[in-house]
Amino acid sequence: MRRPLTLVAATAALLLTATPALACGGLIGPNGAVNLLRTTTFAGYHDGVEHYVTSFEFAGGDGEFGSIVPLPGVPTDVVRGGDWTLQRLVLETTPVPEAADGVFAAAGAELRSAEVLLETKIDALEITILRGGGDEVGLWAADHGFRLPPDAPEVLDFYANRSPIFMAARFDADAARERGQAVGDGTPVHLTIPTDNPWVPLRILALGRTAAETVQADVFLLTDEQPAMLPDPNGILGTPGLSLDHAAPASPQLLADLRSDKGMKWVPEEAWLTKVGINAEAADLRFDLAIDASGMGAPSLEDAGFAPFGPAPVPPNSTMVWVILLGLALSLPLAAAWLITVAARSGPGGRPLAGA
Amino acid sequence: MTGSRLLATTLLAVLVAAVATGCGRVAGQEPVTLQITIHYSQFEETELTVPHGVPVTFVLVNEDPIEHEWLIGDAAFHERHRSGTEGHHGARPNEISLKPLETMRTTLIFDEPGTILYICHLPRHEAYGMVGTLTVT
Repeated sequence: MRRPLTLVAATAALLLTATPALACGGLIGPNGAVNLLRTTTFAGYHDGVEHYVTSFEFAGGDGEFGSIVPLPGVPTDVVRGGDWTLQRLVLETTPVPEAADGVFAAAGAELRSAEVLLETKIDALEITILRGGGDEVGLWAADHGFRLPPDAPEVLDFYANRSPIFMAARFDADAARERGQAVGDGTPVHLTIPTDNPWVPLRILALGRTAAETVQADVFLLTDEQPAMLPDPNGILGTPGLSLDHAAPASPQLLADLRSDKGMKWVPEEAWLTKVGINAEAADLRFDLAIDASGMGAPSLEDAGFAPFGPAPVPPNSTMVWVILLGLALSLPLAAAWLITVAARSGPGGRPLAGA
Repeated sequence: MTGSRLLATTLLAVLVAAVATGCGRVAGQEPVTLQITIHYSQFEETELTVPHGVPVTFVLVNEDPIEHEWLIGDAAFHERHRSGTEGHHGARPNEISLKPLETMRTTLIFDEPGTILYICHLPRHEAYGMVGTLTVT
């Protein structure tokens, strides 16, 4: 059977599907073309609270389509995000001409179904926070017009086993057009989530994609300390598809700019800014980004989706690799000394190793 | 399957055929019941063998929270369904639509030996691997 394809496009998280008029795949246009848009997500962590900001971009088309995003905990608040937080972070980590800085500065002067925990509407987005297992969330989605792609059952279980909290976002393209939203306009959503340690869902970005399709995303982290991450994008052996694009103390100007945006007064006076770039084939993106912002340097295997639920092997940990290399370095001289000793004993005047 | 024809009937037709052919099956062979479980958008049973000329009851168990299809037929049949427009199947015993977490039963008789495929033709499901092979001996 076949159903007509409807344009699906958005940034942040993923776009799953929607309405009976929509095909299974997430990012499929009416002509079958795949719209691969770069997504941008911000996860700030301060005083035990994760501030998750992502943007849903209107890319044209008709009807409704939607997205499901797994969350590390129950949000206490879901509101429209600030107007410039994501753009300001991009600007901070992307070299731009001086003139562009001036433009920004001017704008920045002001810029059994699952249990429903929270419902709200932000512009043309209908947001629902759900609690439930993979099946429950899948059923809720089906009952509410979402048409999930074939990998959804496994992916929903992947997340529900660790955190049974999801955000479902239904985007009404017709309403967006009526509101005057132009193609490319984004609707930022800001979730406030108390949690021990933040993690950022990455595997969900590959939902509905074929194995060879490319997932591109930028993840910005703002933490009190330099975070340890798993997978480590800066590991000695690297992690395919992940790159550490920026890691430095956040500038006072950046923090001030962020703090001046709506809902961002929590931004501390000092913080560490990290940008992780994702450019991976969907088949390889089978993990999330675990973050230890405590300074202990021990991001959780479980938060990354590697254990005990993850299907992917644990990537090499850079610390462990260094320990192994150090061990090898120390053992080489010992081995050499042993060989010299053995050779000396077996040589002239020495005791024969065997025979006579 | 080349040179063979899928005889798809309803259970009533099966019973009628059974009466007409003296229990309607190859002498000495009993009706067959097979379960096919769908989990994480995969058929867990992808290689099945059944005898020709006997009623075969398929118990289709959808363990997923999404819809699936179980469509069985020859190459031309599948080609039609790849570009089909039916939103839901159910009128024919070789075309079954399964709601989330639903179990369905259907009975077919295969009148000639050969090999045919069963596929879910919902968008992207075949490419995701929802294909199984039925060998009729």
